[in-house]
Amino acid sequence: MSILVNKDTRLLVQGITGKHGSFHTGQAMEYGTTVVGGVVPGKGGQTSSHGVPIFNTVREAVAATGANATSIYVPPPFAADAILEAIDAEIPVIIAITEGIPVTDMLTVQRALESSDSRLVGPNCPGVITPGECKIGIMPGHIHKAGKVGVLSRSGTLTYEAVGQLTALGIGQSTCVGIGGDPIIGTKFLDVIKLFAEDDDTIAFIMIGEIGGSAEEEGAAWIKANLKGKPVVGFIAGQTAPPGRRMGHAGAIVSGGQGTAAGKMEAMTDAGIAVVESPSDMGITMEKLLAERGLLEIARA
Amino acid sequence: MKVHEHQGKEILRKFGVTTPRGKVAFSVDEAVAAANELGGNIWVVKAQIHAGGRGKGGGVKLARSIDEVREHADAILGMQLITHQTGPEGQKVRRLYIEEGCDIARELYVGALLDRAVGRIVIMASREGGMDIEEVAANTPELIHKVWIDPAEGFQGYHARQLAFALGLEGKAQLRAAGTFFKGLYDAYMAYDCSLAEINPLVVTGSGDVIALDAKLNFDDNALYRHPDVLAMRDLDEEDASEVEAGEHGLSFIKLDGSIGCLVNGAGLAMATMDTIKLFGAEPANFLDVGGGATAEKVAAAFGIITSDPAVKAIFVNIFGGIMKCDVIAEGVITAVKTTGLDMPLVVRLEGTNVELGKKMLAESGLNILAAGSMADGAKMAVAAVGGAT
Repeated sequence: MSILVNKDTRLLVQGITGKHGSFHTGQAMEYGTTVVGGVVPGKGGQTSSHGVPIFNTVREAVAATGANATSIYVPPPFAADAILEAIDAEIPVIIAITEGIPVTDMLTVQRALESSDSRLVGPNCPGVITPGECKIGIMPGHIHKAGKVGVLSRSGTLTYEAVGQLTALGIGQSTCVGIGGDPIIGTKFLDVIKLFAEDDDTIAFIMIGEIGGSAEEEGAAWIKANLKGKPVVGFIAGQTAPPGRRMGHAGAIVSGGQGTAAGKMEAMTDAGIAVVESPSDMGITMEKLLAERGLLEIARA
Repeated sequence: MKVHEHQGKEILRKFGVTTPRGKVAFSVDEAVAAANELGGNIWVVKAQIHAGGRGKGGGVKLARSIDEVREHADAILGMQLITHQTGPEGQKVRRLYIEEGCDIARELYVGALLDRAVGRIVIMASREGGMDIEEVAANTPELIHKVWIDPAEGFQGYHARQLAFALGLEGKAQLRAAGTFFKGLYDAYMAYDCSLAEINPLVVTGSGDVIALDAKLNFDDNALYRHPDVLAMRDLDEEDASEVEAGEHGLSFIKLDGSIGCLVNGAGLAMATMDTIKLFGAEPANFLDVGGGATAEKVAAAFGIITSDPAVKAIFVNIFGGIMKCDVIAEGVITAVKTTGLDMPLVVRLEGTNVELGKKMLAESGLNILAAGSMADGAKMAVAAVGGAT
């Protein structure tokens, strides 16, 4: 039914007593996510306001709870350390929400991930949700509907935009993954595209990119060579962004003529992706593609 | 964040990078005094602005006498220096850097930056110094030699040797000097959380010294909290005043040239909103991200900044509420409109929790607010409000 997270996910929250960590833990539990523990150094042995046991270290928390995923709400100066601790504890899925982690810190994280089996999603991302089963992150749960169309995106609110359009059309989502807007992220377009390609219950997906880097092009090249039978709708934000300026996200910048929206849209179109010019058309374009392939009834089931 | 050339060199010198001796000057008299103090018989008078391409724009002049130093300083100080990076209006020169002259035998290019595809710092070197590296990269990429640094291993001697030999440096003295230079550049990059460290040109002198003749250092904004000395180098004169003000309110704002002001939550949605306006035939006046959780105070500050731009003829508010409730956002918009006394068309598109309540509040506010059902509808309404497609 999904990728990355599901009803069997047992979640830790690193930074569970902070403002954001606490609020979103409550939201996640309300949605039905199984939160098994929190990690706050120095507060081990206490219980969070949600009734969740708190541990001093991630290793302790894993040993006591059997957690298989963690979410990171730790402030930027300490967030890379928190991710590294989760990697050290061999947690399979690490979702880092924190925005503003220095790039040099992420160089170390990237290096640690290369010799580890952990998967990092983010940082600077809205998180991952498998509707009806598990919500990890800051996305509004109520706009989602369980179903068979995947959504992956570098942006938060633009992901909600796509999800909102799909749900309004009666099309549910398998899993929605916000991969994050930073220059170094753990899981890239290509990684999620491969997961969606292998997931039997994802019959199509929407891919939302933005200016900067070349991850969309890499994803598109793989889709062109390997993906059969799953329609893909694409959008790239930043067609009107001036070169050399960072557009909000640390990674959203066109530099040296690289990472332009036009280049990404061309690569995606060339890969057979239905690239929309207006983000308001993501949902209806998906509806049209599904209808053409006789998949709309399944998607609305 | 960017700093001036003289500040970048000051940082690099701490790491053993050799630069010409120089002094900063804010007036013609200071420039002359600087040249006298430096001594010698040849100086370079360099405009200090954050944009590149200063030489081609007439902002860098060679002086062979103190009189020429005075003459060039007088001409450059206060000029609107126009380069390919400043835009047509140019940037006013407020400070100079007076440097001793240097006997250039060869000009090389060296740059360090993040290679996003692999998540490593890459050091790039080319024999085509002084040239626009983007042009070299586009036309003759084989002339750029690259070395990627594994953060667990750090910068090693072999990295420096690979780069030095690729640049055609030779002899013990040059190789040793290059080794010091490359290690210094990488160490400075990491220690100061740079996002770019570019030396163009790196020169080899007639006597075989390896010297950073120019220096362009940019810094990772997310890491500035641990570099108060870099923050102290910030020059607000080089930044757009409205962008500085927006930053103080925690808003991400970039001024553009169009007529439709945009107020959006989330960077991706903000870019998409600009794109949609353009798609329907008008131009956005700005990028503005009030953040995922838009508060009433931020919305009010954003209105103030948008309306201070005389080119703005209409405003498009596009908020996907998410966890933030639409009635709270509607209240923020209404308060902001009432306080700023908005006198132009305002299109509002709200989506998310309590959307109906939010729309009702806007409709009953008695204010001239156009409610849009979708992002596309809102963009069309805003474009129509500024007189349609241009």
